[in-house]
Amino acid sequence: MTEHAAPHAHVVPLAVYFGVFIALLVFTGATTAIAFVDLGRFNVAVALTIAVVKASLVLLYFMHLRYTSRLTLVFVGIAFFWLGTMIGLTMSDIVSRGWFGA
Amino acid sequence: MSDHVGTLPAATAHQFDDAVQQRDASGLGMWVFLVTEILFFGGLFTIYTVYRSLYPEAFGHASGTLDITLGAVNTAVLIGSSLTMALAVHTAQVSRNRRLVALFLCATIVLGGVFLGIKGVEYAQKFHEHHVPGPSFHYSGADAQHAELFFCLYFLMTGLHALHMVIGVGLLSVLAVMALRGRFGPSYYTPVELTGLYWHFVDIVWIFLFPLLYLVERHS
Repeated sequence: MTEHAAPHAHVVPLAVYFGVFIALLVFTGATTAIAFVDLGRFNVAVALTIAVVKASLVLLYFMHLRYTSRLTLVFVGIAFFWLGTMIGLTMSDIVSRGWFGA
Repeated sequence: MSDHVGTLPAATAHQFDDAVQQRDASGLGMWVFLVTEILFFGGLFTIYTVYRSLYPEAFGHASGTLDITLGAVNTAVLIGSSLTMALAVHTAQVSRNRRLVALFLCATIVLGGVFLGIKGVEYAQKFHEHHVPGPSFHYSGADAQHAELFFCLYFLMTGLHALHMVIGVGLLSVLAVMALRGRFGPSYYTPVELTGLYWHFVDIVWIFLFPLLYLVERHS
């Protein structure tokens, strides 16, 4: 078995992995602590913003989306487009109920 | 590929131009599966959004009965398992150190097991408190009916997530054996990379489940 030259995969430096790991832990601590502070309706917004930032870090660095092909990005983009469509159109119904009668 | 039995399946199949295209195609295929997974969990997240918007007080109160410490610790455990998973992929990418790849895969399995163990403790508490939806459901707070709806979603979403973890641990176990047999190295590590994508996806689902289930109206 001869060793082939590695197909030119992007090798993410170890420091990036550990940096992302630390950032994810910090954000987890932050979102837990902020949940106990009364921000009114902004509690949900802050919690979801932190979750989106954490998910983005995992997607970009652990899942290598930052270094992947444009075609893969299109597929991932489509997933979130349909997810947004599903939640957005469903909530447009729920939220607008009763708007006629009032 | 019968002529490659027992060796590294590093050769390029005839339908691909080169190894890079072959690896990219595998990655894209895995992402197509993950797209279906995003929409699969997305249905549950949609149901959650609808009912939380309709019954915010009941959801806030029911969320308060969950153990936030165990939830936060489990989030950290899962993030740790994502790190060890990423390190397993990295090691396979840059070296032929089969023991180190297997070690990182085993660490991921152990952390996944810790997560499932803590989840089991939480489930046992919920059964003990009669917070499991069904005939024995009992809830002392206001609006028990809609609190039961929250617990339905809690068990559906965390249960489906835990099922994905169990499947992931099974995949990682197979990979660990393959790694020890020297199947992976810089020229071929696709199974490790794709299982890594799956494992990180499961981590992302939990990143959203934690605030949505455990952190509702904690300040009141």
